[in-house]
Amino acid sequence: MSPFRVSIVAAVAALVLLVVIFELIRSRRLQERYAMLWLLTGLVILVLGLWRGLLSRIANLVGIAYPPSALFVLAALFILLLLLHYSTVISKLSDQNRMLAQRLALLETRVRREDSDSSGK
Amino acid sequence: MIAERREQGEVPAAALRCIAVVPAHNEERTVASVVAEIKSFDPHFEVVVIDDGSTDGTAEAARHAGAEVVSLPYNLGIGGAVQTGLQYAHKNGFDIAVQVDGDAQHDPLEIPKILGPILEGKAELVVGSRFLGEGEYEPPLSRLLGIKVLSRVVSLLVGKRITDTTSGFRALNRQAISLFAADYPHDYPEVEATVLVFRHRLRLVEVPVHMRLRGAGTSSITFWRSAYYMLKVMLALFVGLFRRYPTPQEGP
Repeated sequence: MSPFRVSIVAAVAALVLLVVIFELIRSRRLQERYAMLWLLTGLVILVLGLWRGLLSRIANLVGIAYPPSALFVLAALFILLLLLHYSTVISKLSDQNRMLAQRLALLETRVRREDSDSSGK
Repeated sequence: MIAERREQGEVPAAALRCIAVVPAHNEERTVASVVAEIKSFDPHFEVVVIDDGSTDGTAEAARHAGAEVVSLPYNLGIGGAVQTGLQYAHKNGFDIAVQVDGDAQHDPLEIPKILGPILEGKAELVVGSRFLGEGEYEPPLSRLLGIKVLSRVVSLLVGKRITDTTSGFRALNRQAISLFAADYPHDYPEVEATVLVFRHRLRLVEVPVHMRLRGAGTSSITFWRSAYYMLKVMLALFVGLFRRYPTPQEGP
C-alpha cells in the first residue's frame, strides 16, 4: 500500500474508535472519567495517522532507526498506561467492595439482634 | 390526606415539609454550626448531613447538633453525597430540599432567598449565585477563569444567562428532587446538573447570595485537577447534548 493509503486506513480506524467511545459514553456504558484515556489514545492514533512526519521525528528523537518501531513502542506504552490505570481502579473497587460487605454484615447482625430483642418481649 | 390537599394548593407554604441536605467531608469543625444555624433559622427544617466517608468526627458533631446523619461507607465525592441526600428526601416524601455545604460557606439566613421562587411556583430549581452583584466573593484568578468559561458554555447550551454554574447553595422542589434522586452527575455535578435541568424542561432561577469565607479546611481543588475536571465536564456536556431526556412527571 502506498503511504497515502496507510494514512487513510489509520485515520479511519482512529475515527471508528472515537465514534465507538462516544457512543459508549452516550449510552452510559462508559463513564467520562474512564473515557478520557481512551479518547487520548484515539486522538494520538489519528494524529500519527495523518501526520506521517511526526512518527519519523519521534523515532529520530529517541534514536529508533526504523520509524514503525517507534509506533509499536508508543502503542505498548499506551497499553501499559491503560493497564496500570485499571489496576489502580480495580484496587480501589475491591477495597470499597470489602467495606460495603463489612458494613452490610454488621448491619444485618444489628437488625437481627433488634428483631429478636423485640420479639422476645 | 394532607398530601392530597397540599397538591391541590390548599395547605399554605408553612405546611410544606422542608429538608436541608448538608454534604460534609471531614468538616468536623464547621458542620455543627451549620446544622445549628439551619435549625435556629427554622426549627421545622429537618437537617440531614451526608457524611461522605469522613475520617474525622464529622458524623458525631452533626449528630450532637441534632441532625440526622447518613454515613457513606467510603468517599463518593460531592455528586454521590448530594444525590444520597436527595434520595433520602425523595424516599421520605419531602416537598422542598435545600442544599447547604458543610463547610459553612453558605449563610443559612439566606435560605429564604433561594426558597422564594420555589414557594411562588416560579422554578423547580433555585441556585444561589455568587456573581449576581451582591457578593464580594473574589476567587483566585485561575479558578475565576474556569468559572467564567463554564458559565459561558452553560449559558450557551441552555439559552439563558447562567452566572454561577458551580454553586452548591440551591433549593429544589419535588420534581427536581425526584429527577436528581434518579440521575445526578459525578465530580463537578452542579455544572452538568444545570444543563440536565433544562434538558428535562424544568425551570432554573438564580438569585444573588453572599459567600462567606471558608470556615475551616482548604478547597480540595488544585490547578491540574481543575484542568482535568474542566476537560471532563466539557466532554460530559458535549456528549450529554446527544442524549434523549424524558420530561419527568410530578411524582407522588
